Amino acid sequence: MSQETSNRPAWQVDDELVEQALPPITRLQLIKYAGASGDFNPIHTIDAAAEEAGLPGIIAHGMLTLATMGLLFSPYLEDGYVKELKARFSGMVFLGDEMSIGGRVLDVVDRDEGNLYTFEVSARRGEDVVASGTVGFVMFVR
Amino acid sequence: MNVIEHWRSLVGERSQSVVNLVERGAVRKFAEAIGDPSPLYANEETAKRSRYGGLIAPPTFPRTFEYGRIQDMYWPEAGMIHGEHRVSYEHGPLKVGDEVHCYTEFKSYDEKESRGGLLGFIALERFGEASGGERLFTMSDNVIVTPALRRMLGA
Repeated sequence: MSQETSNRPAWQVDDELVEQALPPITRLQLIKYAGASGDFNPIHTIDAAAEEAGLPGIIAHGMLTLATMGLLFSPYLEDGYVKELKARFSGMVFLGDEMSIGGRVLDVVDRDEGNLYTFEVSARRGEDVVASGTVGFVMFVR
Repeated sequence: MNVIEHWRSLVGERSQSVVNLVERGAVRKFAEAIGDPSPLYANEETAKRSRYGGLIAPPTFPRTFEYGRIQDMYWPEAGMIHGEHRVSYEHGPLKVGDEVHCYTEFKSYDEKESRGGLLGFIALERFGEASGGERLFTMSDNVIVTPALRRMLGA
């Protein structure tokens, strides 16, 4: 009989998720995200449009940065799910930017559906925080 | 009526619900675009063996749905700044194959003085429900109207 390996973590308040470095932002990724999300605002894909908007170059969709913060929890989806993701955008992300994502446990409460862990999460380019917020992750009770 | 007065008049208005389907190909492409390698978004065999019994969608996937239009709402093509986003789920992730009824509501318009001038804040809420009306998710977005945009809109 085969068993599914579980990455079920034993999180405690103040535990930090291992910071993940993401591959540099490419034009192709922004094109793929525009197509996949339906957000065709040209400041994300057309150089001339970005320049007309007063930007130094095309910028990543804020929602793409938010979506990548969800990657922190993807290894644990067999054992739980992202119940809430909330964030604000504080900086712009440009082509070639090397982003990193990280998080820390703020709180845990028992709920009927499982243990609700609240994480502080952020996306950074080096020292600059470009997006920050919280994620609520429910770990199902076995 | 200038655009600010127009937005104030829309508070509480909502769109007609639009039926969306959580499609396998759309989920796979979205997961690839955001760089998420989780097999639960792309590998049907693995997903079938999981507790979900099938493929699921990433947490920010609801951005891809159609929510209908709030009647006559004016929305500038560019210049709005996305301040904050929130998505929350009632019971679990969306599953590939789910039929989701989606609509949007113009929640509020507020203003605040800042050093750079008067800032406008629009709050939009978007909802996804199952066929029976059961809420599946809620999404909120705060959008900022800058003094520069305001001038450009002639308000």
